[in-house]
Amino acid sequence: MPSEHWTHPEPGDGPAAVAAQPSPEQVIAGLRATSEGGAELTQLLTPEGERVSSPQFDRYVDDIDAEALKGLYRDMVLVRRADREANAMQRQGQLGIWVPLLGQEAAQIGSGRALQKRDMAFPSYREHGVAYARGVDLKEVLGIFRCTDHSGWDYKEHGFHPYTIVIGNQVLNAAGYAMGQKFEGKVGDDDSEATICYFGDGATSQGDVHEGFVWAAVYDAPLVFFCQNNQWAISEPTERQSRLPLYQRARGYGFPGIRVDGNDVLACLAVSRWALEECRHGNGPVLIEAFTYRMDAHTTTDDPTRYRLSDELEEWKLKDPIERVRAYLARGGGADQAFFDQVQADSDAFAAELREYCFNMPEPPPERIFSNVYAESTPMLDAQREEFLSYLDGFVGAGEH
Amino acid sequence: MADLQKLTIGKAINLGLRRAMESDPKVLIMGEDVGKLGGVFRITDGLQKDFGEQRVLDTPLAESGIIGTAVGLAVRGFRPVCEIQFEGFIFPGFDQIVSQVAKLHYRTQGKIKMPIVIRVPFGGGIGAVEHHSESPESLFAHVPGLKVVSVSNAVDAYWGIQQAIKADDPILFFEPKKLYHSGALKAEIDVDGTPDQLFESRVVREGTTATVVAYGPSVKVALDAAAAAEDEGKSLEVIDLRTLSPLDLEPVFESVRKTGRLIALSEAPSESSLTSEIAARVQQECFYSLEAPVLRVTGFDTPYPPAKLEEHYLPDLDRVLHTVDRSLAW
Repeated sequence: MPSEHWTHPEPGDGPAAVAAQPSPEQVIAGLRATSEGGAELTQLLTPEGERVSSPQFDRYVDDIDAEALKGLYRDMVLVRRADREANAMQRQGQLGIWVPLLGQEAAQIGSGRALQKRDMAFPSYREHGVAYARGVDLKEVLGIFRCTDHSGWDYKEHGFHPYTIVIGNQVLNAAGYAMGQKFEGKVGDDDSEATICYFGDGATSQGDVHEGFVWAAVYDAPLVFFCQNNQWAISEPTERQSRLPLYQRARGYGFPGIRVDGNDVLACLAVSRWALEECRHGNGPVLIEAFTYRMDAHTTTDDPTRYRLSDELEEWKLKDPIERVRAYLARGGGADQAFFDQVQADSDAFAAELREYCFNMPEPPPERIFSNVYAESTPMLDAQREEFLSYLDGFVGAGEH
Repeated sequence: MADLQKLTIGKAINLGLRRAMESDPKVLIMGEDVGKLGGVFRITDGLQKDFGEQRVLDTPLAESGIIGTAVGLAVRGFRPVCEIQFEGFIFPGFDQIVSQVAKLHYRTQGKIKMPIVIRVPFGGGIGAVEHHSESPESLFAHVPGLKVVSVSNAVDAYWGIQQAIKADDPILFFEPKKLYHSGALKAEIDVDGTPDQLFESRVVREGTTATVVAYGPSVKVALDAAAAAEDEGKSLEVIDLRTLSPLDLEPVFESVRKTGRLIALSEAPSESSLTSEIAARVQQECFYSLEAPVLRVTGFDTPYPPAKLEEHYLPDLDRVLHTVDRSLAW
């Protein structure tokens, strides 16, 4: 188990225990230890693009040769490019809102690519990279933010639950799903199933997340809790959520917690594969804290310049998840300029396709308001729909819906 | 030969749950104390013993957890039946109910179904401490995506719980806790028979002077009032709503067209409630048939009082008769 950043006071420790409590500065130092390279951080690729060895986790990425790493790089570039395009489209009034993932590409691609087809992922609302990794067409994700749809994709086909906007709700939903996997006997060997659930540092303050930890623990659910600690819950910093590093909370619930460099795609892949394997073999749940940084606003309605210093962003830019892979690949890692140019061209084409689709996205017809409220509709709702549609038909030029 | 069994409401729900679990291995019961103890009201008595701990789950103590994990289990293909111990404890789970249970079907345009039943013992009259006697059903009836039913007798309890579990929509199943073990309400049930439609209200006593519409524990009050009114030469028609969302008001409209008067009866506070909705709809549909305004007999617009005062708070036979007189005096 990882060592503590500070000693927990225990009953009977006497007055000295009070003195052992951390000062606010110590709390912040502990929470942010990895800004300077915390000892507890699992990392396989440094910000400078140097491959570092991990006796525990190297074997989980043995298969990641140059081609596979180039694939992860491409994934991250495409997802970032799509994210920037969507952000721009929001600024142009084409999307109602956008939730940027800038800076979190490694956490999402690394964990998303660790999943097997049979696994299930429960996202929050920033997991566009995980969606992409699960084979969800980002055009369908875009519909949510252009406000034409609440969730377009087939959750079963992709193993990717609808986005959940109420903070922390999905953690309990994921715990229930994973309990179902356990009840159905899908746990116990390499071919078993597992579930992964995404949430942020702010969500860890929610009761549902705590309850999700309790449920998953007492039912031994094959569930990987994947907390992307991006340091900010809108304007509230992590020290407003916790006194100790978030991964250390797992101990209180009786399962392993680990902090991984969330800007290191290789480490995120390895740690997620390890955690999923633990779950498949019945040793779940596992908490992963992916220590990362939200480089843009919380959403396009947010203004981070009101609450954080630009120095902070500049510091994190040096730990960019894409640049370190690029550096590694370029420095004898198996990629030449032609590869990078091709990925750039692919990402531009990907973004253009999204833009084209967004601008021409069909608006849902008015009857959609009433559709699928229930599996079996009700007479009142049917009457309300008929009355409204007939009201609409009364307008000149009606009948186009 | 019909298999006739004489059951209380509590035993009828228990047998209904058993039948549902026998017929579908995906049905799970989950809640606090539902296993070994059989629930604080013993409604799930004996089920864990027969179906095992994986189908009758004694859960950790957190309502959001019960509902939230039921959502995930439903996504996985299970049909969870959640027990909330008392209605006053449902609110930690309210977020999951209104944000996820009610909306996932709509949000996914039908790709995800939420066949979840949430059983809620509700209502007063048991001399309990705070949070054990409330009637929050209107809060759920107001939420699109949820269906809400309340049973008043053993026959409906037996069939209703099975139909609710079979339904693909999420259903809040409000049970009149005061009447769970009432010997007087024991009914002979043909347990292999054919049930009524779950989402239909029903005339339970015919009359001509005025109509009283009620649900859950108030149906008994309405019937008692009707029996007393008969001695005074008044003939009350009593309707058991049974379904609170969707509301089936056609039998009420029909009755009001006949009697010209309606008294809506409920233990819940009156403001912005089911009785408000009934009053609004009846005046809309039966305006020319009404001889008097729709009147309501309800709990007061206060928190549920200390139980030493509940006999004043809860609508009783006398308040119903008094209100019938007010209606007739119009």
